[in-house]
Amino acid sequence: MALFSIGIIGVLTRRNAIIVFMCIELMLNAVNLLLVAFSKVHYGAALAGNPATTAGVDGQLFVFFIMVVAAAEVSVGLAIIVMMYRNTHSVDVNFLNRLKN
Amino acid sequence: MSIVQLLFSFLSVLAIFGAIMVLVSKNPVHSVLWLITVFFAISGHYVLLNAQFLAIVNLIVYAGAIMVLFLFVIMLMNLNAEAEPRKHLWMKFAGVIAGGCFLMVLVSLIRQTTELTGKTALMKEGNIGLIKNLGKALFSDYVVPFEISSVLFLSAMVGAVVIGKKD
Repeated sequence: MALFSIGIIGVLTRRNAIIVFMCIELMLNAVNLLLVAFSKVHYGAALAGNPATTAGVDGQLFVFFIMVVAAAEVSVGLAIIVMMYRNTHSVDVNFLNRLKN
Repeated sequence: MSIVQLLFSFLSVLAIFGAIMVLVSKNPVHSVLWLITVFFAISGHYVLLNAQFLAIVNLIVYAGAIMVLFLFVIMLMNLNAEAEPRKHLWMKFAGVIAGGCFLMVLVSLIRQTTELTGKTALMKEGNIGLIKNLGKALFSDYVVPFEISSVLFLSAMVGAVVIGKKD
């Protein structure tokens, strides 16, 4: 949770697009860690009774799919950042508020 | 204090310190290196939670592939510390306040849930994190999302090439 909040603070406070992007990665990782931990907590009783059970496998598979989506998102996002840098020679996010016109 | 608790505290402190250093370091390359530290700490957490497959995948995908991509883009752009325009001080302050409020809400939420009181995450029990069980579940119950994610990867690849192409 602290990691997620630090990620949010980073998105809100930095203007370098790459740092903002890294903070998004940080938030995704915090969510992954919380998913695994909470699935462990939630199915703790079932696991203690029967160690061969597959209860709680959903949480870990969700984390796996989040990683897949994050990898795809990073590739597209970095391509967008490279294109933006090529057009403006800066990575300032504030440039993008010209999009509204 | 057992060795597991000691490791947990060490990894947590390392992760949070690394995350803060990602924010406050001025050079983007240093930020990337601190982010790799955070990812290693999170992988350590996965190992502590007996999710070995996720730990390895986290290391390979994030610390291996994604961070190399970040470093490559940063070095391609040849950024340096002075290039970044600074935000106003009190915009930063407002951001920190907003994030702190969010953290406070989350912590109070967790502390009030009746589901979680008196329970702790089991560290060693269960072998659902092993690659055998995860693979069985992935290719039996989750086949359709798996295939859809492959289509997503293909579209992301094509999209990245199209966007990055010089026109």
